[in-house]
Amino acid sequence: MSRHTVRRLAAASVAACSLVALTACSSGSSGGSDGPTTIALWTHNGGNDAELAVNQQIVDDFNASQSDYRVELEAFPQASYNDAVVAAASARKLPCVLDIDAPNVPNWAWAGYIQPLGLPDDEFDGQLPSTIGEVDGDVYAFGHYDVALAFFTRTSALEAVGARVPTPEDPWTRDELETVLDDLQATGQYDYPLDLGTGGTGEWITYAYSPFLQSAGGDLVDRDGYTTADGVLNGDAALDWAGWMQGLVADGHIAARSGEDATADFVNGKSAILYSGSWAYDTVTDAFGEDAVVIPPVDLGEGPTIGGGSWQWAMSAQCEDVDGARAYLEFSHQAEYVQALAEATGTIPATDEAAAAMTDYAAGGAKEVFRTFSQDYAVVRPVTPAYPYITSVFQKATQDILSGGDPATILDKAVSDIDNDIAQNGDYAF
Amino acid sequence: MALATGAARLRPRSTARRPSRGGVRTSRGHEARTAAWMVAPAATLLVVFLVVPVVLAFVLAFTNARLISPRPASFVGLHNFTTLWGDPVFWASLRNTVVFAAVVVPVQAGLALVLALLVNAKVRGTNIFRTLYFVPVVTSMVVVSLLWRFLYQEDGLLNAMIAVVHPSYQPIDWLNDTRTALPAIILMSIWQAVGFHMIIWLSGLQTIPGELYEAGDLDGATGWKRFRYITWPCLAATRTFILITITIAALSLFTQINVMTQGGPLDSTTTVVYMAVRTGYQQLATGYASAISLVFFVLVLVVSGVQRFLTRDKD
Repeated sequence: MSRHTVRRLAAASVAACSLVALTACSSGSSGGSDGPTTIALWTHNGGNDAELAVNQQIVDDFNASQSDYRVELEAFPQASYNDAVVAAASARKLPCVLDIDAPNVPNWAWAGYIQPLGLPDDEFDGQLPSTIGEVDGDVYAFGHYDVALAFFTRTSALEAVGARVPTPEDPWTRDELETVLDDLQATGQYDYPLDLGTGGTGEWITYAYSPFLQSAGGDLVDRDGYTTADGVLNGDAALDWAGWMQGLVADGHIAARSGEDATADFVNGKSAILYSGSWAYDTVTDAFGEDAVVIPPVDLGEGPTIGGGSWQWAMSAQCEDVDGARAYLEFSHQAEYVQALAEATGTIPATDEAAAAMTDYAAGGAKEVFRTFSQDYAVVRPVTPAYPYITSVFQKATQDILSGGDPATILDKAVSDIDNDIAQNGDYAF
Repeated sequence: MALATGAARLRPRSTARRPSRGGVRTSRGHEARTAAWMVAPAATLLVVFLVVPVVLAFVLAFTNARLISPRPASFVGLHNFTTLWGDPVFWASLRNTVVFAAVVVPVQAGLALVLALLVNAKVRGTNIFRTLYFVPVVTSMVVVSLLWRFLYQEDGLLNAMIAVVHPSYQPIDWLNDTRTALPAIILMSIWQAVGFHMIIWLSGLQTIPGELYEAGDLDGATGWKRFRYITWPCLAATRTFILITITIAALSLFTQINVMTQGGPLDSTTTVVYMAVRTGYQQLATGYASAISLVFFVLVLVVSGVQRFLTRDKD
């Protein structure tokens, strides 16, 4: 090969390398030395245009309202958002302000990704408790909205079998639900009388079924110190819960694995009672109108329980303009923005002030019931850095229980896995 | 890999010829340098994305490293491996992986060969069949898995079709029954990948010179004999290639499991790779996941080594 060829190869290589270097540079942040300080903001709703538009509006309004700071919004698709944050944290490139899914707050606080907000306490007066990410007495995050779980059914379906319509004051007990399900099943109209959404996977399983466990008197982990799950995840109450779930499958009351879209199945009359989130409300009322009714989930002993906590806003520990980040967060927390976000996403507004301004959520509104559920029944997922591990173990345990495995063996194994993990991480002490 | 060994082979040859004339030496030097330039991009990628992760997995497997943690990782010796030894999920994963490979490797290779022979026949429309068989291969495995999840549902197409032929049939929830879940995934996986290996067999078939068949015809070799004494021996190299690629692909079963069953029901479909990913990314236990990967690495190494030994050229 001639010298000429070698030189050409070299030139090509240099060109290729510099191209790579250029692309790498352009994704880096660029901060001006004078003028307003730039504050980077990351959000997970890259694929959710409605929510993103409101966030962009808040950012634009904030930028226009003062001249000290300039917030720059960057949106990621939800599926890759957590990976992006974890990668950015290791590279020490976290933005100042970022949103975070509620159950991750303790883990990220423990890992040193986020810092306490340091906002005045009265900032959160009239805020739904489940929308505040509090760890060890410090508020690390707050949300603009929450969602609530509920049973959806039709008044006519219940009347047909002579069942009473439960109210938030007087929910169904375990026995009552069983009778209703037996009666509904006897009509032969439904594939399954109840649809608990067992076709769902991932975090849905913990979000949806750990409240039943809590309602029965068990929990995912002993919340006193968060050092063990022994006695709560494998105690009598937990075994009761597991037996209840397996009984539902064995009696044909629920499918061990329901369809891909439980709401669609309910609307199409395949099930009589649907267990889902407030997001299903519009679909259900569109289909059944006045006949549709939202009722509290079953009380397995300790009162009905639902999951709490959705996406929340936090401030990264690597943030250099803490004051600017605080100013933005306070600005975004105004009632009009809480309302706008709740409207755009069809979720429950986090503050009383915003709720009062919305017809649906104000007193007597059609969706007020969800806010009542959130206020009265919501139990936040365990506030511990061990949560990602616990939820993964619980998901598998629940799926195994639904598939008919032995509850005692499954739950004992889950407890020993969780306890091992906590011990290996020095009790996840801060 | 092939490029790297090529470079290694180049170097000793140029040193061996050193005593020859100066002009040749410089041109050899140029050649070596050019070769180095050409190898560099592939070598860099291999080092960054293959060698470094493998070395990291070796190191991390002996630590308690976490994906998200404020604590630095510390050396824990064989702790991860002893935990793995006592973990029933690991044994279930290993068993499922072995069963999957043991069924998929012969069935898929055999079926692909049959399809290749059919497609290779000189009849009308082979192009159409070739394309038809190949379509699943170019479709993403995630999409295929999602579609088949619908097919396998209790009220899915498969059950509906069986019910037509056999009216008293009780529908089976294929993916949610410990007896049928793994076979269902095996069937789908073979259907998805068989086209790829059909093409490889086909390329092997088409390198067999026509004279051999003509000579065989003269000697009266037809049908089975023709296949047994001409086609089969001529496919030796293709056979080895197919055997090893199918085995490695089968052992690294993950996508179908992740989309269709998440290892359930009751661990009847969990696999070693699925367990490693779940441990590493959901449970954030990087150290433990590395230990699983290391065991998997050794497993694949041993199996390919044995296959390589069995299919070596016997002179």
